[in-house]
Amino acid sequence: MSLADLWAQHWFRAFVTGSLVLVFALGNFYITLWLERKESAWIQNRLGPMRAGPQGLLQVLADLFKLLQKEDIVPRNVDRILFLIAPFVAHIPALLIFLVVPFGPNLVVADYDIGIIMIAAVTSYAVIATFIAGWGSNNKYSLLGAMRGAAQMISYEVTLVMSVIGVAMMAGSLKLSDIVLAQAERGVLGWYLFPQFIGFIVYLIASLAELNRAPFDLMEAESELVAGYHTEYSGFRFAIFLLVEYVHMIAWSAIAATLFLGGWVGPTPADIPVIGPRLFGWMTGPVWDNIWGFCWFLFKTYLLIFIVIWIRWTFPRVRIDQLMDLGWKFLLPVSLFNIFLTGVMKYGWNVLAESGSPLRWLFWLWR
Amino acid sequence: MEQTRELLINMGPQHPSTHGVLRVLLKLDGETITWAEPDIGYLHRCFEKLSESKTYPQVIPYTDRTDYLSAITNEHAFCLAVEKLMGIEVPERAEYIRVMMAELQRICSHLLGLGAMALDLGAVTGFLYAWRDREKIYSLFERITGGRMLYNYLRIGGVRNDLPEGIIGTPRDGRDKADKTIWGFINYFESYVLPEWDDLLTNNRIFQWRTQGVAPLPSEVAIAYGASGPVLRASGVKWDLRKNVPYSIYDRFEFDIPVGKENGDCFDRWVVRVEEMRQSARIVKQALQWLAENPGDYIAPKLPRVLKPPKGEVYIRYEGSRGEVGVHLVSDGSANPYKVKWRSPCFTHLQLLPVLAPGHKLADMIAIIGSIDIVLGEVDR
Repeated sequence: MSLADLWAQHWFRAFVTGSLVLVFALGNFYITLWLERKESAWIQNRLGPMRAGPQGLLQVLADLFKLLQKEDIVPRNVDRILFLIAPFVAHIPALLIFLVVPFGPNLVVADYDIGIIMIAAVTSYAVIATFIAGWGSNNKYSLLGAMRGAAQMISYEVTLVMSVIGVAMMAGSLKLSDIVLAQAERGVLGWYLFPQFIGFIVYLIASLAELNRAPFDLMEAESELVAGYHTEYSGFRFAIFLLVEYVHMIAWSAIAATLFLGGWVGPTPADIPVIGPRLFGWMTGPVWDNIWGFCWFLFKTYLLIFIVIWIRWTFPRVRIDQLMDLGWKFLLPVSLFNIFLTGVMKYGWNVLAESGSPLRWLFWLWR
Repeated sequence: MEQTRELLINMGPQHPSTHGVLRVLLKLDGETITWAEPDIGYLHRCFEKLSESKTYPQVIPYTDRTDYLSAITNEHAFCLAVEKLMGIEVPERAEYIRVMMAELQRICSHLLGLGAMALDLGAVTGFLYAWRDREKIYSLFERITGGRMLYNYLRIGGVRNDLPEGIIGTPRDGRDKADKTIWGFINYFESYVLPEWDDLLTNNRIFQWRTQGVAPLPSEVAIAYGASGPVLRASGVKWDLRKNVPYSIYDRFEFDIPVGKENGDCFDRWVVRVEEMRQSARIVKQALQWLAENPGDYIAPKLPRVLKPPKGEVYIRYEGSRGEVGVHLVSDGSANPYKVKWRSPCFTHLQLLPVLAPGHKLADMIAIIGSIDIVLGEVDR
């Protein structure tokens, strides 16, 4: 059996691509963790890790290795099974999101027609892990954290999906690669960031809550609940919760980059006027398209990660009732309004596009 | 039958935001606090009893350790008490140095108090900014006194040593000299730090959500519970011992008393503290001007080797960083005090917790503890 034959086998392809996604997620987890420590240091007049490796690049490795060496403590009165499986339940949904993300024109593991719905379905399952951990720990602080987490994640799930519907309406598809292609046709100003600006802001806020990042890190609110739902965890199980948190953050940023910032779309060196085609003309073709696409995708993702970290180290934490008010009374109505607005504007363009009336430029952005 | 029960929760003694080793028993209905009770004594070091076996000058380092974040003001209060008992005349220059140090210490203490409250509310960066500026005061103090946190700098009748050469600086010193000259620090503080605090936290929407309307303290309740200092002033009572019962040389300085509104909430307590730092900076500037104009080296009077105050007792009220510090000193004519009673503002403020907390959320609890700014070392003594 040749390699090409093997590649044609569905299970083999799934295995290889799935592994690559896993490696991608873990590699970026490493970089993001380092970035978080460095960025917080820049914000706070510190240097951050400097000793382990150049610019502290090996610090994360040292930390993770330390966590690996630690004793895996299982307190006496915990619900043993739930306590032990919770970290592993938690890390599955975070990794599953990467399956539908298009990394480049042809780089996508599973290009589902219902990509967005798949993401919503998978992430709503993350809350179960939080609750298992909080309940299984048999600790009052953990329980409070888990209760907060359940309330928070379930309510922001609704807002999150509502904020993305506008994008699906614009592209006319739930498939992520279709959404990227639709943005590619519209040019840079056509990225859904601009017509869907309200949607983007709502998505950003809601995903902070969904990711459990400051200012919405209520379920592990350190100064209130010690460490929230993972108070009782130590050693490697704790490291896995850490991993989940960052992989989630990368996944959400990747999806935001795909939906609102045009995903892998971006100019390549060959697009430089005059000298571009002559000097970099050879850097075209399907393979190079994927490479440039991947670079753009990474760049946009990290731009969003940077913003998310920046927000975390700037704002105080909100309170649970304020969080609920913000979600249900403000963000949800706003995202519903965004759906309405998108519908009206799109209809307006459809009606007026052919008419030649100057009024049509009002709707141009929503074309 | 299954029914809803209140959750009894132990906040502390090991908890990230109880400012030391405070244990608060809480009853929660969901996230709402129905009952709160502070439990103290984890940091008890027998300060009062220990003082009875020390001579008067030997007590001074112990006073540093009651409220360890505001050491100079404690030393000042104790020295004033002994001086009043013995009728010692303090050299003018020494008194100016003391007041300047006490006000710098007040800035330093408020910085940490506010920073810790910001940290409790989740704003880690605010805390580190406070730390950065506090570090500058500490390097100045290190040059003046030799110590960074616990100084043992004030002496009965004066101060240990004069200010080192060049530490005062000139009013033109800017940010680059913030940790080298006192003028440099004050200018940096007023032009850079305070606006930054306003931008980062005071005017931050989320910060205002978290503090406005949280734990309002009516002025009559504040008075009934013996609150003092910033907590009392935040409830709208214009009461500052430096103005109302002047001690030392505070009647020579111009400054205002910032007050909050009638029902002072956490936000008022925050704003009052920020404003107080501004007023302290004003006092420091006036003291610096006087010190620059009146050089000299007479900083402590000649006193007998063994201090034996006459029989009698004295009570000193002192406006410490956190409220009214009271020193009740009883002398039996020997070299050791017969009794030292330390009235600690934090102890008094802590009893406000059961009044303030019920009806608020668990997350507000830490805002309340942060806003009354307790130091457990002083609560337990």
